[in-house]
Amino acid sequence: MTPISTGSEWTFDLIDEYDREIRAIAVDEFGLDVYPVQLEIITAEQMMDAYSSVGMPVNYHHWSFGKHFVSTEKSYKRGQMGLAYEIVINSNPCIAYLMEENSMTMQALVIAHAAYGHNSFFKSNYLFKTWTDASAIIDYLVFAKGYIARCEERYGIDAVESLLDSCHALMNYGVDRYKRPQKLSLAKEQARQEEREHYLQMQVNDLWRTIPRRDRDDADKGSVRFPPEPQENLLYFIEKSAPLLEPWQREIVRIVRKVAQYFYPQRQTQVMNEGWATFWHYTIMNRLFDKGRVTDGAMLEFLQSHTNVIYQPPVTAKWYHGINPYALGFAMYQDIRRICEAPTDEDRAWFPDIAGGNWREVLDFAMRNFKDESFISQYLSPTLIRSFRLFSIRDNDLDDKLEITSIHDEDGYQQVRQKLSEQYNLGSREPNIQVWSVNVRGDRSLTLRHSMYQRRPLEESSTEEVLKHVARLWGFDVRLESMDESGHVCQTFEAKALPQEYQIA
Amino acid sequence: MAHLIDRRLNGKNKSAVNRERFLRRFKAQIKEAVSRAIKGRSITDIDSGEKVSIPVKDISEPQFHHGQGGVWENVHPGNEDYVRGDRIDRPQGGGAGGGGGKASKDGSGEDDFAFELSREEFMNVFFDDLALPNLIKTQLMGIDELKSVRAGYTNDGTPTNISIVRSLRGALARRVAMAAPTLTQLNEAEEELDALIESDDDVALDVRQRREKIHKLRERLASIPFIDPFDLRYNNRIKLPMPTSQAVMFCLMDVSGSMDEAKKDMAKRFFILLYMFLQRNYDKIEVVFIRHHTSAVEVDEHDFFHSRESGGTVVSSALNLMREVIQKRYSTSDWNIYAAQASDGDNWDSDSANCARILEEQLLPYCQYYAYIEITDGEPQNLWYEYLNVKERNRHFAMQKIHAAADIYPVFRELFKRQPASR
Repeated sequence: MTPISTGSEWTFDLIDEYDREIRAIAVDEFGLDVYPVQLEIITAEQMMDAYSSVGMPVNYHHWSFGKHFVSTEKSYKRGQMGLAYEIVINSNPCIAYLMEENSMTMQALVIAHAAYGHNSFFKSNYLFKTWTDASAIIDYLVFAKGYIARCEERYGIDAVESLLDSCHALMNYGVDRYKRPQKLSLAKEQARQEEREHYLQMQVNDLWRTIPRRDRDDADKGSVRFPPEPQENLLYFIEKSAPLLEPWQREIVRIVRKVAQYFYPQRQTQVMNEGWATFWHYTIMNRLFDKGRVTDGAMLEFLQSHTNVIYQPPVTAKWYHGINPYALGFAMYQDIRRICEAPTDEDRAWFPDIAGGNWREVLDFAMRNFKDESFISQYLSPTLIRSFRLFSIRDNDLDDKLEITSIHDEDGYQQVRQKLSEQYNLGSREPNIQVWSVNVRGDRSLTLRHSMYQRRPLEESSTEEVLKHVARLWGFDVRLESMDESGHVCQTFEAKALPQEYQIA
Repeated sequence: MAHLIDRRLNGKNKSAVNRERFLRRFKAQIKEAVSRAIKGRSITDIDSGEKVSIPVKDISEPQFHHGQGGVWENVHPGNEDYVRGDRIDRPQGGGAGGGGGKASKDGSGEDDFAFELSREEFMNVFFDDLALPNLIKTQLMGIDELKSVRAGYTNDGTPTNISIVRSLRGALARRVAMAAPTLTQLNEAEEELDALIESDDDVALDVRQRREKIHKLRERLASIPFIDPFDLRYNNRIKLPMPTSQAVMFCLMDVSGSMDEAKKDMAKRFFILLYMFLQRNYDKIEVVFIRHHTSAVEVDEHDFFHSRESGGTVVSSALNLMREVIQKRYSTSDWNIYAAQASDGDNWDSDSANCARILEEQLLPYCQYYAYIEITDGEPQNLWYEYLNVKERNRHFAMQKIHAAADIYPVFRELFKRQPASR
């Protein structure tokens, strides 16, 4: 076979041919299940645009996106930062951006990485299947953009902007972790939006109207507890129950919530998703090389950027910023393949069910049914712990020294694996804050509860800021109680509701 | 099969709205930065972008997150020589072993968020302050007006632009060039014919042949067109940026003790606006700075704005100096003269009438425009009333009392309305 191209310049025909070859390997040979691919050639400026609106091709307008754009543009212009090679959108068809500055080899790398690697992950991983609807997201964003623009016209940019600020502050608390979400659909959204507006407002009014008149000061006796059970989805709770929000404001809360939900799986599958895409670009490029379709030069160029991507600086390095998800993910998939193809005795002891198995099936199963947390606790092998020289440090503020709790030895493998898995658990990484109660009989104040984990406190200044946003949405005073593991409230934050004239309405 | 789309031609400024929202939100900070920039810049250097920085605190988007404290147990790569149970010192400043990435992110969060305002954005903020009408803004910011000038000749154009002389000259040259070979042959043929006729041999056949040949050559010559579309030349005109003349701008300012920094800053904006107007209209602008208290002296820009004198005020000293400078360096036939005078209204009482006289008799006749601002909160003094009289008699004299930057523009209203006389 002859190489597809020899120079570094790309052309549309060449991209098409590479795509055909890569597809033949990814889909026909290795059996990846993918959405149809849509490759879009864009300029560096357009890449910056895409960057700053969280990668989406359409999005509503907000100053924070402008801020990201400004800082991206600044560091790009100063040469402090190269732009990412790729942005890929979890949509159907799957849109992958190719930057025009890239060489042909880089375009091939991006096609393999994004258009086939990420694409197949989006389509098959259970979290994405549950939480996102690839065929509807673009339509939904079009709807959201239009709706918010109309609100700006009717109620003023400031009112909408401050509402969005407040919603963004709670974006990480806009997800149901345990309930299954509803699918998005543009047509349904539009049709139901108006109906929902009326209905919701009616309900909210109802809620407050049917509060029993207080005959006595004794609040405890026969009091209605609202909400009946603590709620983890703060935005949902606000959307449904905040007393003073207008219907359009509830709709915007809902939009932010839906967008948060769409990104929720990405935050939980960084290692798996990037590792998967990296594993596949590596495998596919090597396959192309074996078939003689790429030149030695192209392969060297590819390997150079590949090694940059998967470099893991050690903890002692100045530029160490935690574990590189590309490095860990790639190493894990490679390792699983190794365990299938050439297991050692140790592997057989640790992974009796996959050692010596069919690597493609094992990998496929792993990709479909896990998130970072469970993926690591299932598949991180002693071999990898050794090669990364992983170790865990306990930092206890009651202790004047740090303690090394486990290293890469026989006693430590299980513990390192468990700690690392824990590190990727969103539930413990982010403070656990839930709606606790509303004082329905008195001042309508809202109480949130933070359940402390490992005595970790909330960062004070940002908590106070966020609480102001909650108070703005809720319309009345808001309190946040930090509760330690014994159920004792040890710290309280409060935010007063703004006087009526500063409210978002 | 993949769908390949070239998006490069789609607009690149998708983020423009978001950027504008961002600027809008931090208008107060940006305004302040622009004010600071104006103070620091030279008048002649006003026309560029500016770096603005905003404290990160103001710009952050808060989220709930953990603070330092409690128990953290993190996994790191690259263990060198630790074994289980080792106890190590806490790194200073919450480093790698500490409370995770978040703590150190907060630690380094003190830097300002810095970014560049484009020239346009900078000017917009600057103009906002001055309350300029939109039309004027565009006039000041816009591209230079164009003037069409001759630029040689071209091969095509509209018939009205045909250059007859050039076209005919071209035609003549072409005719000469095209006829030359034929003419040579004709001459040769005629000479041969003469030679044949003069010889005694029987050459009737040859003679006839020669005659035919001559005839053909003559026909060929005649068929060379007198003028051909190829010969046509058209006058070429191109558009050049308009201003081609020069102006001198006099900045006169009272630097007596009563002019404090705030007043000088206001005066600076006033001078800047005049300078910008001139910049749009003239190719070359010279700026003369004259400061005065009881006596006037010509200085450079830095001294003009930054040194401080004390003592009384004699405004006429500055006017006299300006007249001298005009006589010495700026002959009115070559220069358009503009002047801007800023003062807090104080003057030696007996001097004010003198000022009005000098102004009216010796300066205004040579000036395109003379603008005077009085930066004061107090009652107008003698000078103001004298100048009011001058204003009544001279249309190109403008004056205004200034409390805030927004009061400056009316001084120039007249100026921006009409085109300078030189055009």
